[in-house]
Amino acid sequence: MSETLVPEIGSSGRTVEFDGHSINFGPQHPAAHGVLRLILELDGEIVERADPHIGLLHRGTEKLIEYKTYMQAVPYFDRLDYVSPMCEEHAFALAVEKLLGITAPDRAQWIRVLFAEITRVLNHLLNLTTYALDVGAITPSLWGFEEREKLMEFHEAASGARLHANYFRPGGVSKDLPAGLTDKIAAWADTFPKFIDDLETLLTNNRIWKQRTVNIGIFSAEQALAWGFSGPPLRASGVPWDLRRSQPYDKYAEVEFQVPVGRNGDCYDRYLMRIYELRESVKIIKQALAKMQLGPVKVQDRKFSPPTRGEMKRSMEALIHHFKLYTEGYHVPAGATYTAVESPKGEFGVYLVADGTNKPYRCKIRATGFAFLQATDVMTKRHMLADVCAIIGSLDVVFGEIDR
Amino acid sequence: MAEAEPVAEAAPPPPPSGLELLGQSVASVPGVTGFRIQGGELVAATTRDALVAAMTTLRDDPRFAFEQMMDLCGVDWPGRTERFDVVYNLLSVSLNQRVRVIVATDAATPVPSVHTVWPVATWWEREAWDLFGIVFSGQPDLRRILTDYGFQGHPLRKDFPLTGYVEVRYDEDRKQVVNEPVRLTQDFRSFDFLSPWEAMTTLPGDEKVFTERSAEQAKG
Repeated sequence: MSETLVPEIGSSGRTVEFDGHSINFGPQHPAAHGVLRLILELDGEIVERADPHIGLLHRGTEKLIEYKTYMQAVPYFDRLDYVSPMCEEHAFALAVEKLLGITAPDRAQWIRVLFAEITRVLNHLLNLTTYALDVGAITPSLWGFEEREKLMEFHEAASGARLHANYFRPGGVSKDLPAGLTDKIAAWADTFPKFIDDLETLLTNNRIWKQRTVNIGIFSAEQALAWGFSGPPLRASGVPWDLRRSQPYDKYAEVEFQVPVGRNGDCYDRYLMRIYELRESVKIIKQALAKMQLGPVKVQDRKFSPPTRGEMKRSMEALIHHFKLYTEGYHVPAGATYTAVESPKGEFGVYLVADGTNKPYRCKIRATGFAFLQATDVMTKRHMLADVCAIIGSLDVVFGEIDR
Repeated sequence: MAEAEPVAEAAPPPPPSGLELLGQSVASVPGVTGFRIQGGELVAATTRDALVAAMTTLRDDPRFAFEQMMDLCGVDWPGRTERFDVVYNLLSVSLNQRVRVIVATDAATPVPSVHTVWPVATWWEREAWDLFGIVFSGQPDLRRILTDYGFQGHPLRKDFPLTGYVEVRYDEDRKQVVNEPVRLTQDFRSFDFLSPWEAMTTLPGDEKVFTERSAEQAKG
């Protein structure tokens, strides 16, 4: 609504001309990656201010977790960032393990590393391809979703569910991998680099793609640090920081991989970071498969992990343990921890306060995208309206996690 | 469960670990009232008045270099006079260290905003205001963030019921979304899992033991 206010002759008002308007972007917009509502104040087609309104997917996860036992709280983490469910569970499992003072057995840790990386590939495939879709490239999403389907079959084989896995538990993983799955994953890992090459032929040197992303939404290293960035967007700005490397958890200290670091901090670098991370993830998957030994997949203390079905048929004590675990759960000693993992999007943290009962007293979820989305105002300033889609796509926001 | 083995009294104190040294230097920052190490994580407490100055020091001093504030959250302890804790989780990417800074406040007293130190604080502070009703002074944008437009109350407070007070539905007759008081067909059930062997400190008729025990605890 462009307007010109012309004062009446003889009045003491002044003439104001502006071509400003504010538009409402979302919450039902295909490029909003969920239910983002952006109020954009525009000067012509230039964005002057972006005010994200979030919370449209707020389900009160943190409040709900306070009323659930620790084991019942795990599935809520799948539903936060529903694109990378297992990495979210990982943070919670590690936090509870830290408070309980238990460590998952070796095989469980390797399985977790393996599936955390499979989840990373899943997440990056979805992000890269829908990001390309936002700026007009349709083919990558068609290819990427086919590849995601293969990975979700691995999820299903291990946990029984394609998306909401509920697989990583405090003290290990819920059950061992089925026979033959590791071979299938190894076969997939051999073919996947070819897929990344194909994906890159579509995008990396694509003229239109580069016009839409190079030098768009530049964020310096200082800005990225001040705005609480982590993960690929932080590395794209030139900060070599990866929690898997600097504060390794589970078996990440024993695998070799490179941490890609960008230079320009623009949308194109954030794209490149994820492409390189796909290749690194394949390396980690192969190492995890090679180093994994047979053994228990959860702690053998029956106070924390349930007995097998067979055991329950024979042993009275096993039956009692099973009953107590699935009704009362375990009591976690009083304490607090902030445990963070490198989820595909960046640092995903859980600040868990236990008060000695069987339910968390407070479980704050540090959503990665929350910090990213806050910076969209700064990032989109003086950019064209169409660049807003590219910037949001490059930040990899998922609203299940941001709105909690 | 792995519990720390009791150290014999006579043994010489072990040399301070890196974390302890960091804790000591954090404690020397003006405004920081103390530190403790909780499960391998450094926790420091500050006062409200000195918060911004202490946070600026933690960010700018090369000994600390906490360039990033990863998280800010509230915790509600309704039993205390200053019922809220505001917890800041800081991260230094250059020195690879973390610290947790805790400030206590009540529902009326504002906590100084740290958005001038880390701009990322704005949304976390809005969230703490929205969910707990913690007020931040000097924060120019203290709108609600996660709850619905027009929402009343602060849902993460312990005295806020899990089911909430209103429920939202679409009314087909009126052709609009309506808010109505929550009607539960069955009372919300909350089971008490504290077993008398672990949690009940005073058994009926056994008050004398309890008073003696609490006197002992108060002594040491």
